[in-house]
Amino acid sequence: MRPLSSALLALGLLALLAVPFFPQLVYSIFVMKTLCFVLFACAFNLLLGHTGILSFGHAAFFGTGAYVTGVLVKAYGVPTELGILAGGLVAAALGAIIGALAIRRSGIYLAMITLALSQLVFFFFLQAPFTGAEDGLQRIPRGTFLGIVDLRNDTALYYVVLGIVGAGLWLVWRTVNSPFGHVLRAIREHEPRAISLGYPVARYKVLVFTISAGLSGVAGALKAIVFQLAALYDAHWHTSGDVILMTLMGGMSTVFGPAVGAALVSALNHYLDPFGAWVTVITGLVFMTCVLTFRQGVVGQLGQLLRSRRPSAPAAKVDSRPHTNHR
Amino acid sequence: MPAKNSLKTLMVSSAVLSLGGLSSAMASEGYSDDVVRIGVLTDMSGIYTDLSGEAAVEAVRMAVEDFGGEVNGVPIEVIHGDHRNRADTGASRAREWYNNDGVDMINDLSNSGVALAVAAVADEQQRHAISNSASNIGLTNDYCSPYVTHYTYDAYSLAHGTGKSIVEDGGDTWFFLTVDFAFGIGLEEQVSEVVREAGGQVVGAARHPLDTTDFSSYALQAQASGAEIIGIASTGADAINAINALAEFGVTPDQRPAALLLWYDDIVSLGLETAQGLLLTNAFYWDANDETREFSQRFYERTGRMPNMAHAGNYSSTMHYLNAVEAAGTDDATAVSEAMREMEINDFFASGGYIRPNGRMVHDQYLWEVKSPDESEYDYDFMRLVTTIPGEEAFQPLEKSSCHLLNGS
Amino acid sequence: MDILGIPIQALMGQLMLGIVNGSFYAVLSLGLAIIFGVLKIVNFAHGAFFMVGAFTAFLLAQYMGANYWMTLLLAPLLVALFGMAFEFLFLRRLYGLDPIYGLLLTFSLVLVLEGGFRVAFGSSGQPFATPEQLRGTINLGFMILPLYRGFVIVSALLLCLVTWYVIERTSLGANLRAATERSELTQAFGVNVPRLITLTYGVGVGLAAFAGVLAAPIFHVNPSMGSSLVIIIFAVVVIGGLGSIMGAIVTGLGLGVVEGFTRVFYSEFSSTIVFLVMVLVLLLRPAGLFGREEG
Repeated sequence: MRPLSSALLALGLLALLAVPFFPQLVYSIFVMKTLCFVLFACAFNLLLGHTGILSFGHAAFFGTGAYVTGVLVKAYGVPTELGILAGGLVAAALGAIIGALAIRRSGIYLAMITLALSQLVFFFFLQAPFTGAEDGLQRIPRGTFLGIVDLRNDTALYYVVLGIVGAGLWLVWRTVNSPFGHVLRAIREHEPRAISLGYPVARYKVLVFTISAGLSGVAGALKAIVFQLAALYDAHWHTSGDVILMTLMGGMSTVFGPAVGAALVSALNHYLDPFGAWVTVITGLVFMTCVLTFRQGVVGQLGQLLRSRRPSAPAAKVDSRPHTNHR
Repeated sequence: MPAKNSLKTLMVSSAVLSLGGLSSAMASEGYSDDVVRIGVLTDMSGIYTDLSGEAAVEAVRMAVEDFGGEVNGVPIEVIHGDHRNRADTGASRAREWYNNDGVDMINDLSNSGVALAVAAVADEQQRHAISNSASNIGLTNDYCSPYVTHYTYDAYSLAHGTGKSIVEDGGDTWFFLTVDFAFGIGLEEQVSEVVREAGGQVVGAARHPLDTTDFSSYALQAQASGAEIIGIASTGADAINAINALAEFGVTPDQRPAALLLWYDDIVSLGLETAQGLLLTNAFYWDANDETREFSQRFYERTGRMPNMAHAGNYSSTMHYLNAVEAAGTDDATAVSEAMREMEINDFFASGGYIRPNGRMVHDQYLWEVKSPDESEYDYDFMRLVTTIPGEEAFQPLEKSSCHLLNGS
Repeated sequence: MDILGIPIQALMGQLMLGIVNGSFYAVLSLGLAIIFGVLKIVNFAHGAFFMVGAFTAFLLAQYMGANYWMTLLLAPLLVALFGMAFEFLFLRRLYGLDPIYGLLLTFSLVLVLEGGFRVAFGSSGQPFATPEQLRGTINLGFMILPLYRGFVIVSALLLCLVTWYVIERTSLGANLRAATERSELTQAFGVNVPRLITLTYGVGVGLAAFAGVLAAPIFHVNPSMGSSLVIIIFAVVVIGGLGSIMGAIVTGLGLGVVEGFTRVFYSEFSSTIVFLVMVLVLLLRPAGLFGREEG
């Protein structure tokens, strides 16, 4: 990793660690919510940015994580950490199923299959008696972490969430920078070549789908614990759209760009309240400006800017990645 | 407790104490951060903006101004936020307001999911929340709290207002067009119960997904059912589309639609041509009497629209809260809660209204009928009073509430 | 005679209503299919243009005193012009990039349009009267159909057929198809491809607005009337087969009917059934019902 990036990363981490000490500056629950979306977006980008698969149904995994965790913790008194784990696992299993069906097609067709299946999942949550439909699954107890840390304390919860999200992001980073990740990139760049090189491409795709879905499930589970509720919106296709948006805002050709995108979108949602009814219009204009001016996302563009300033480094060819091949 | 105010507070509260005979717990309290802060958490940008939105904020501001802008010398401040119709966004904003921003009371809370989530936060943080535009009766049952007040109406009052009056009027076979949401299904069940108790009969129901645009298929099903009354258990665009389709396919006059949650604003957007003859239960109508007209005129001048029952409830509940704060001599939530539940509410919105231990504000509800275009004589002249439903009949009997506060534990 | 406990007469009625509803889907998905075929962009703002069409008709009637027939002509034209301006100023900067950027841009436009109309006209919507000449009903024997619904079927199908004819059977359409397949070559033959693309977007958007005006008297005119429509319409296009004009029209009608029957037998599922159909179709026929299998 380049020194500058490391320095930025360290600075970011330090800032995150300090959050609970400055409640008037930034509200820790808002940061926790953002962290959940950070994990969600980075997990999603394993598919979009690193494998070239556009899923338009990731809300299914996010929502599944939230509901499974919520029900287990609330109705069955399962310890919080096991509940979150279960949320992630069930979401991963669902991801394996949906992934196995979806990767039989590619491009826009794949996206539509994921959308359609996630709509079926949504319908299930709408009908299932335990979700409370639009009222949501309310008053999920936060419980304790490992039986020691009382999560009703916001500060304690904050560090637990930070830790879990950090672990999740580390997993994303490891995946991208492993031999497995290199194969994924090969699939993205030129799938027929990856096949002819003898890689079991389909199996790789299902695997990355499963990992992505599982981490999305953990993100949803965390959100359910933080807010003590799981809502229908978590599984709605709007949420699938939101995560695409976050990823593109941050930059899909980077590992942690989506994290910045998630923070950006959350902040827009959080700090635009004074504009009242205009908030939707303003949000739309911001997105429009972003997609027209810095297409590689905030982080991608920043990276390019830094590279082009240093004459030693060759002006990088960061043409936003080759298109998801749609047939 | 801030020192500079202590003497004054002490004097005021002891005065109140001797006057009102309130509990003594509050005498030592004062005003947190020397300001009484009210947050209006509402839908500022989504599908419910007309029902509450900016006008709800304005209603609360009006109440604060009419109160004099300060209570016992402590200034009152109003802030507002947008919950985007998402329970998590609402809960997070509420928590931040209570924890960080010193908000003492949150008002409006349109959208039942948001209201339930904020009620949970209010209970945990021991601060006040008042819902005026959500319908879910969970707020005064499983999710009740000493700090949560359900003020204007609820699903029970809708069901018992509209349902009961219609059955008593002879409309005793029912078919329901229900939105497939907890809200719609709950309402359908409530009304069905009322209909059966009154000797009527429910002949069928069709449950449609949220945001259905084309209701023609359901209009046909309703026609085929032969029921006298088509109960519409949805709200907003769904209810409007359903009513339009029923009118288009000519279900009247043998069959009559009954809207179970229709807002004043929905009638505006339906137009009298289509809406005429509809029956609806609302807690407030601007043109009911001189007092409501006086308030509505002022409201209209500020917002450019006539108030609906939620707006009126926002004003009235804010006023009641401030009166309670004044009487209690503190903004301490427990003391204010006790004062709110002891003081009667008498204003343009309610007469002899009171808040039960489970947080339900009990006051009269009214069954209205929409006028025909010919009967409407001036602008906004839309409804005629059919009957008044006494508060004790309109709301869930206390013994049926599952609220944990009622067990004396 | 009954089928599954429902009289056959009632089912005929539902079939008829399904076709009415399907007419809207047909016009909308036709527009979306044309745009996707030429621009390779998922026009996420399609539902928003549908809404803007209805609102423009409302405004023309309310403030300019236009009668229904004028609004039916003028509103789609105005919205098409707006769409073409949007394409010319913004959308064309994204050609040749991953189509996801086009999706993002048109999604932002949805926020601006829906939010803007909500600020201007409130959230609860506006009444829109059925034109005088089309009030009343016709007796079809098995059901009483409101005259206006009959008008919807006729005008929608007529428009679909005209559009299909222009694209598949005229020289303009031939240029268009050529530009889709071999953009540079077509340009070399002296066809102004960028202008053709702008025009295509205008036509697609205009179709959506036309459906909006058609819908105004029977559906409720409000800022969110198109927001849940777009993914359904897109599913229709995919089921029909991307790039197939006829596929979009036929599938639109078919979905209307399927949805109508679902409302009778399992009403809760009626807004989800299209997705079940889409999964099955895509897994069994990868290029959709009417699409050509490629590569």
